[in-house]
Amino acid sequence: MAFESLTDKLQNVFKKLRSKGKLTEDDVKAALKEVKMALLEADVNFKVVKQFVKTVEEKAVGSDVLTGLNPAQTVIKLVNDELISTMGSETSEVTFQPGKAITVIMMAGLQGAGKTTATAKMAKRFKNKGKKSLLVACDIYRPAAVEQLRINAEAVSVDFFSLGTDVKPPVIAKEALLYAEKNGFNVVILDTAGRLHVDEDMMQELEDIKKAVVVHQTILVVDAMTGQDAVNVAKEFDEKVGVDGVILSKLDGDTRGGAALSIKAVTGKPILYCGMGEKLDDLEQFHPDRIASRILGMGDVLSLIEKAQESIDIDEDKSRDMAKRMKKGQFDFEDYLESMKQMKNMGGLAGIMGMLPGMGMKASDLEGMVDEKKLAHMEAIVLSMTPAERRSPKLLNPRRKFRIAKGAGVDIAEVNRFIKQFEQSQKMMKQMGTNKHGRGLFGGMGGFGGFGGGRRPF
Amino acid sequence: MEEESKIGFFGRLKAGLTKTRDSFVKNLNNAFTASEIDDDFYEELEEILIMADIGVTATENIIADLKTRVKKEHLKKTEECREILKESIKQQMAVGETEYKFETEKAVIMVIGVNGVGKTTTVGKLASKFKAEGKKVLIAAADTFRAAAGEQLEVWAKRADVGIVGSVNGADPASVVFDAVSACKARGIDILLIDTAGRLHNKKNLMEELRKMDKIISRELPEVHRENLIVLDGTTGQNALVQAKEFSEVAPLTGIVLTKMDGTAKGGIAVAIQSELDIPVKYIGVGEQIDDLQKFDPDSFVEAIFS
Repeated sequence: MAFESLTDKLQNVFKKLRSKGKLTEDDVKAALKEVKMALLEADVNFKVVKQFVKTVEEKAVGSDVLTGLNPAQTVIKLVNDELISTMGSETSEVTFQPGKAITVIMMAGLQGAGKTTATAKMAKRFKNKGKKSLLVACDIYRPAAVEQLRINAEAVSVDFFSLGTDVKPPVIAKEALLYAEKNGFNVVILDTAGRLHVDEDMMQELEDIKKAVVVHQTILVVDAMTGQDAVNVAKEFDEKVGVDGVILSKLDGDTRGGAALSIKAVTGKPILYCGMGEKLDDLEQFHPDRIASRILGMGDVLSLIEKAQESIDIDEDKSRDMAKRMKKGQFDFEDYLESMKQMKNMGGLAGIMGMLPGMGMKASDLEGMVDEKKLAHMEAIVLSMTPAERRSPKLLNPRRKFRIAKGAGVDIAEVNRFIKQFEQSQKMMKQMGTNKHGRGLFGGMGGFGGFGGGRRPF
Repeated sequence: MEEESKIGFFGRLKAGLTKTRDSFVKNLNNAFTASEIDDDFYEELEEILIMADIGVTATENIIADLKTRVKKEHLKKTEECREILKESIKQQMAVGETEYKFETEKAVIMVIGVNGVGKTTTVGKLASKFKAEGKKVLIAAADTFRAAAGEQLEVWAKRADVGIVGSVNGADPASVVFDAVSACKARGIDILLIDTAGRLHNKKNLMEELRKMDKIISRELPEVHRENLIVLDGTTGQNALVQAKEFSEVAPLTGIVLTKMDGTAKGGIAVAIQSELDIPVKYIGVGEQIDDLQKFDPDSFVEAIFS
C-alpha cells in the first residue's frame, strides 16, 4: 500500500539524518524534499506545502540546529512542531447562544460530503449535552433526502421539521425557526442540499437562507478524502456564505486527511468534529495536534522518538555499552532487565507498537499478539537469578534452574523455554551485529522478538 | 477550434470541464511563457500536475519522460514541450481498448464505492441510458443500510421507467442480489444494475459482504457478462488509488465511473489511476442531469483539458 512505502521513505531519510553527526544545509533540504512529497501524497495543497516547507527550512537553517547536539531529531521535531502550530492545538466546539436563546446552525458542503449524516450525529451530540435540537430538511432537490433526514432524526430521537419539497429553503428555515420558538427548542440545524461552490444559483440560496433567518454558525462539511481542490471549496464557501467551523467526514477511512491542514491553513477556520464511522454516535471531537502524525503517515513516531530519547538520555553510556556487547553476542540477563526497564519507561510493548507507523493499532488489538503477562513472568525469572547467573548464563544447571523456577513462581518448563529462547536470540544478535549497528535503545531492543513470544517490535 | 463542431461527448465534456480547463490551461500557459527550458520550468509543470491531483508518482513519470525527450531531441523552447507533455499524459493513461461489452450482451453491472461518491445517482443515470437504448433494465436496491437509499433509488427507477427489486431497509444485501438475479432470469432482463451501500475500503466486514454479493452473481449467472464499476468522486485526492486497489481485491473491477467533474477539481486522479492501476475510466459525470453521464475517452479528456 502507498501508506507503508511513504512511512518507509520518511524513516529512511530520518535514518540517514540520524546516522550523520553533523548536518549540512543540503542534508536538511534533502530531508525536507521527502517531507514535501509526504505532504503532497497526503493531499495537502501544493501551495500550503510550499509555504510550510519554506518555513521549516528557514527555522532549521537559521537556528543552531546544524551545530546542535542532535540535528536529526531537531529537524524532525521542527516539522512536527510546525504542523501542530499550523493546525492549532486547541479543540473547538460549536458555541451556543447564551441562556434560552435558540442557536441556528446551517450545514453546507458539496454533494456526498455527508451533511445529512453529520446533521443527525451533531444533534445526538448536543442531546447528550442536554440541548433540544430541531432538524430541518432544506434539501428539496436530491431524491429522498428529506426521508433520509427524517429516518436519521428518528434514530437519534430528535425532532424533525419539513415542509416537503415544494417550498423554497429560506421559507422552510423561517417556518422552522417559528416552530422552534413555540416549542422550546435550543438548537435548530438546517440540513441543506449538496452544491458545487461554483454553482452561483445554489450558493445564492445559502445566502438567502442567511437573510431569512439569523444563522449563528455555518458549518462546512468536508470529505476527509478530498484532494487538492479542498482549498478552493473551503475558500469559495467561506467567501460567499461565510464559514464558522468545519466537520471533517469519513476520517475512519485510511486517508491521511491532508485536506484538514489545507483548509486550516487557508481559511483559518477551526475543525470542530470528525466523522468516524457509520453509526450515528460516531462524531468525535477533532484534536488538531493528533492529525499531524497522521498526515505525515508516521503513526505517533515522534512521541516514540521523544520517549526513546528520554530513556536514552538517562544513561546513554550504559545503552551504548550494552549495544556493543550485544553485537558480540555477549548480551546477558542483566542487559535483558535493562532493556525491559527502558521499554517500560516508554509505555510498554503495547504502547510502543501502537505508536509505530503503519501499525497504528490500539492497545486492545494487541491483546493476544503480545502477552505482557508473559513478559512479567520472564522478568520474575531473571530477578530470581543470582547476579553471577545473570552475567553468565552458562552457569545455569538443572538444580539452579529448579531454584529459579520456584523463586519466580513458574513452571520449570517455562524457565527452560525462556533460557533456550534467550540463547537463540543471542546467536541471532551476533549475526545481526555484523551488518547492523545497534545504537542506543533501538539496537538495545533488538532481541525482544525472541522473548516476547510475539512479533519483533521493529 | 475544430473540436467545437464535434458535439456529443466532446462538447459536453468540454462544457462540464470548463472550470477544470480554465485554471489548468491558464497555469500551463503561464509556465509556457518562459522561453527557456530550465529547472524552474520543470518545477512549475510539476506543481501544475500535482495541483490537478495527478499524484506524485504519475507526475514524476511524466516529467521524467519529458526530460528524456527534451534531451534526446535537443529541444530548447518551452513551447515545443506542449505536445510532448500531452502525449506523455496520454501515454500514462493508456490501458488498451476500453470495452463496453455490456452494451451488446446481457450483463450484470454492480456499482460499488465508498460513501457519498454518487453510486445511486450513477445507477439511475445508467438505467435511463440503457432504457433509452431499448434495453430491458432492472435495478436492484442492495443498499439496505443508508437511511432512505431505497427511496432515492425508487425515484430514479420511476424517472427511468424501469423495474426495481429490493429496497427494504435492514435486509441482507446478498439476499437482495439473489432475488434480483432470479427476477433477471425469470423476466428475461438485458441489463441488471445493482446499487450497493457505500463502504469505506478499510472496513473488513463490509468488504467481505461485497465479496459475497460478487460470488452470488458469478454462481447464479455464470454465462452473463459481468461489470463491476467503482464510482470515484472526482474531488477525491490520492486516496482514490487505495480505494480502487482495495475494492478490486474483493470484487474484480472492470471500470471506473468518475463523478462530480463539473466543479473546480481537475480530476487528475483519472490519470493517476489509469497510470498506476490499469483500470479504465468508463464513464465520467459532468453534471446533475440524467444525460450528464458520458463515456470516457482518455484522448479526448487530455485534448479537452489542453484546448
